[in-house]
Amino acid sequence: MGTFHDNKHALHGITVVVETDGGETLVGRCDDMDDTRVILLDADVHQATEDGPSKEDYLARASRFGVWPKHRRLVVARSNVTAVRRLGELSS
Amino acid sequence: MPYSPLLVNPMREELSTAGFEELTTADSVDAWMNNKEGTALLVINSVCGCAAGMARPGVRMAVEHSMRPDRLATVFAGQDVEATARARGHMADVPPSSPSMAMFKDGELVFFLPRHRIEGRAAEDVASELRESFEEHCATGSNG
Repeated sequence: MGTFHDNKHALHGITVVVETDGGETLVGRCDDMDDTRVILLDADVHQATEDGPSKEDYLARASRFGVWPKHRRLVVARSNVTAVRRLGELSS
Repeated sequence: MPYSPLLVNPMREELSTAGFEELTTADSVDAWMNNKEGTALLVINSVCGCAAGMARPGVRMAVEHSMRPDRLATVFAGQDVEATARARGHMADVPPSSPSMAMFKDGELVFFLPRHRIEGRAAEDVASELRESFEEHCATGSNG
């Protein structure tokens, strides 16, 4: 799946969508993941607002073109994560 | 910091030997991009193991198709930094992604295959998606 780093999660190097219980959706390159945290590189964060794009619209564009990296490195507590999936799986 | 040429040169040659013009300066990118006639494929090459390793063979397979873009070129992200930045400047609405592939028709971006749609896929799958794009946008082949 990802690159062959024995000490990293299988999703290492893969662009993923991370959904959280707080309603944030993060897209970034997975560096590592374990029972306690998910580490993303070159990540963007979407939070639904009244005047911004919906989560569906955000992910539709992300799946077509990718995202603008707003954060060089983000660490998300695994306890807040409700889903992790590959962004490539969303592509049409 | 750029990688050693010993590592990178074979990755460059995978594309240059398939007919891709290497654009290593901003000026060469501008000159290539400013020729807006016909169809053109720009590959943003990369060292990245989880995507580029399948991207290059996929591209090579795809351009063997009888219907392919008129012009082929490549920049190398992380190596030819200025050229890559200039190429990305010609696609200002598209987030940076490497490896990736952009096809232009008469100067307009008509197809983009970002890194996340290459990751974990087989070279044949990458080639197939590129060929579909060639068939859609390249009216006549120039594989001669």
